[in-house]
Amino acid sequence: MLYDTWFKNPKDVPVLLEKIKKYSDKTGSIRLMEICGTHTMAIARSGIRSILPENVHLLSGPGCPVCVTPSNVIDMILSLSQEPNIRITTYGDLLRVPGSTRGDSLLSRRSTGGKVESVYSPTETVRIAEEHPETEVIFLGVGFETTAPGTAACILDAASRGLKNFSVLCLLKRTEPAIRSLIESDDFAVNGFICPGHVAAIIGANGFSFLPDDYRLPGVVAGFEPADLVYSILELSEMIANRAPALKNEYIRLVRQKGNPAALALMAKVFCPAGSDWRGLGYIPDSGYAIREEYAQWDAVRKFSLIPPKVKEIPGCRCAQIIRGVMRPQECPLFRRGCSPDNPVGPCMVSGEGSCSAAYQYGE
Amino acid sequence: MNDRITLDYGSGGSKTSELIESILLPAFNNDALASLGDGAVLSGSQELVFSTDSFVVSPWKFPGGDIGKLSVCGTVNDLCMAGGIPKYLSLSFILEEGFSFSDFKNIVSSIAEEAKDAGVSIVTGDTKVVDAGKGDGIYINTAGIGFQRAVLPGKPGIHPGDAVLISGSIGCHGAAVMMARSGLLREDSPLVSDCQPLHRISAAALDAAGMTAQSSVSPAPIRILRDPTRGGVATTLNEFTEQMPFSIELDQSALPIDPAVEAACDMLGLDPFYCACEGRMLAVCEPGIAESVLDAISKVPGGENAARIGTVTEDMPGKVLLKTPLGGRRILAKLSGMQLPRIC
Repeated sequence: MLYDTWFKNPKDVPVLLEKIKKYSDKTGSIRLMEICGTHTMAIARSGIRSILPENVHLLSGPGCPVCVTPSNVIDMILSLSQEPNIRITTYGDLLRVPGSTRGDSLLSRRSTGGKVESVYSPTETVRIAEEHPETEVIFLGVGFETTAPGTAACILDAASRGLKNFSVLCLLKRTEPAIRSLIESDDFAVNGFICPGHVAAIIGANGFSFLPDDYRLPGVVAGFEPADLVYSILELSEMIANRAPALKNEYIRLVRQKGNPAALALMAKVFCPAGSDWRGLGYIPDSGYAIREEYAQWDAVRKFSLIPPKVKEIPGCRCAQIIRGVMRPQECPLFRRGCSPDNPVGPCMVSGEGSCSAAYQYGE
Repeated sequence: MNDRITLDYGSGGSKTSELIESILLPAFNNDALASLGDGAVLSGSQELVFSTDSFVVSPWKFPGGDIGKLSVCGTVNDLCMAGGIPKYLSLSFILEEGFSFSDFKNIVSSIAEEAKDAGVSIVTGDTKVVDAGKGDGIYINTAGIGFQRAVLPGKPGIHPGDAVLISGSIGCHGAAVMMARSGLLREDSPLVSDCQPLHRISAAALDAAGMTAQSSVSPAPIRILRDPTRGGVATTLNEFTEQMPFSIELDQSALPIDPAVEAACDMLGLDPFYCACEGRMLAVCEPGIAESVLDAISKVPGGENAARIGTVTEDMPGKVLLKTPLGGRRILAKLSGMQLPRIC
């Protein structure tokens, strides 16, 4: 039996659900937010919403790195992809993200001659640059802390090879400032957080202890299998019922309290925190990463003097409210009415992990 | 002969003849092909089934097969799923200038081997060569003709209460190709494509249901057969239910999913429900014969892991519903666009 099998097919679910019900009977309605796209998908795929007590609500925060890339930045990338000597490399999710014009995405630009390649690992992009010395290769560095070490490693790799035709457009985001900004917003109404296991594997479970310390909110660092989800929800409802907020680590098979020191060292060497625009949340100080001065040569923003065009938001699209957890996808006027995974309007429908896409596909 | 395909081989002149006579004819040796006419003359006086498919898989070689094997299985399986006994195939190559001759020969021999196994003759064909950079090494098109052995009513024949069966574990082909494409597959990996001809499995199922050319039972106890290729099991089942007055409820715990496929999908951010199979059969049949059909399939090589995976119901018509291992229930939608890997 594989180690994961038990987590995928937990046996004692009814008992756990009974306990969750006991706590939620005591608390009344509770709202739990997950802030990681993979959790959004895992929750939807597990069908857990259909078996939870009615007063336990799971909300999706700004979880998918694609969801939070502003449309003006996408517009800027789209025009870059049309430059004759530029080749864009990116993770698959970004291919379908429309800019401010509906249907205009890297995928559609590819069909009209834009040179765009999807990669699994940033290291592939360094290889592509080496193989095509005549082309400027720009890697779109998106993601939260999870993908940051890989992006840092590829910049260091390019530097050690002295690659002159490679750069990174750094769109990386930091989770903590975004969560703080959510909590401090006027319409915030969440009782606890399902914290992202992959991010915590890098920054450590301690990276989320600001939740109980500064806001008296409980958090559980969770894995992505059905059992992980049920246990985390149980732990959160218990802490809420007992008014004993703490930060717990349910994902101990992968996450250490202090994270991954090697990855953190790579990130610190190459990046420094910088202000960043989030779709739906606006500008948040220190919520992104910028490439340090020493590696300016591999920073696409400096190299090509990139300035994103003015933001044009899409009429009708409620991604902003959905990301903040104040609206459910089904409440958006465009959901299933002109906005679908086949023809997405906003970023939450674009990414397979986006809240709207998950809600559409899994019928929640 | 060069060790690379050149444009000359697609010219229709002496180099093309050389290619046909030295590689293709010996591999597919049969009278209809040997006459080298503009078309094959075939005999037969039965109802026919006819299908065609094009193959552009990249990489052309993957664990468990290659584009040659796939080009035979793809069309053979379509004929089988239409209730046919596959008999004849056409075979057209579009080769890219510079493609290796020895690779081409290997592909031709896997076509020959697979055709022999599936009982089909390659009776006509064509070869074109395109400029370097205008193809992806090799593309193949096959078309096939089969004799009809059973009339399947298709979607309109499906009724609430019917059983949904699968002939083996799902998503192996899609997962193996994606892993090979991303260069992540080790040689000793247990992950291999399920690519195989389905003629024995479909025949076993139809026999078990008493649906032979001689005796047809009415209403047909097997309503529909389909191989869940692109879009995987989820997409094919949605095609069954779309705009119909019934739904299909699947039990995820009953679905055979190879641990290697599950691991590959976890790693690549894919979903086994949407990964292509190239040697699996989905069947919807009368509940009373489900056990005997399953029993018959599981005795055929490649059908050992056959399972009953779901039931046709009246709940939420038009949808495919999935009962998850947690005991929850969700809608299993069709694949939209292509499966794109996710980030983190």
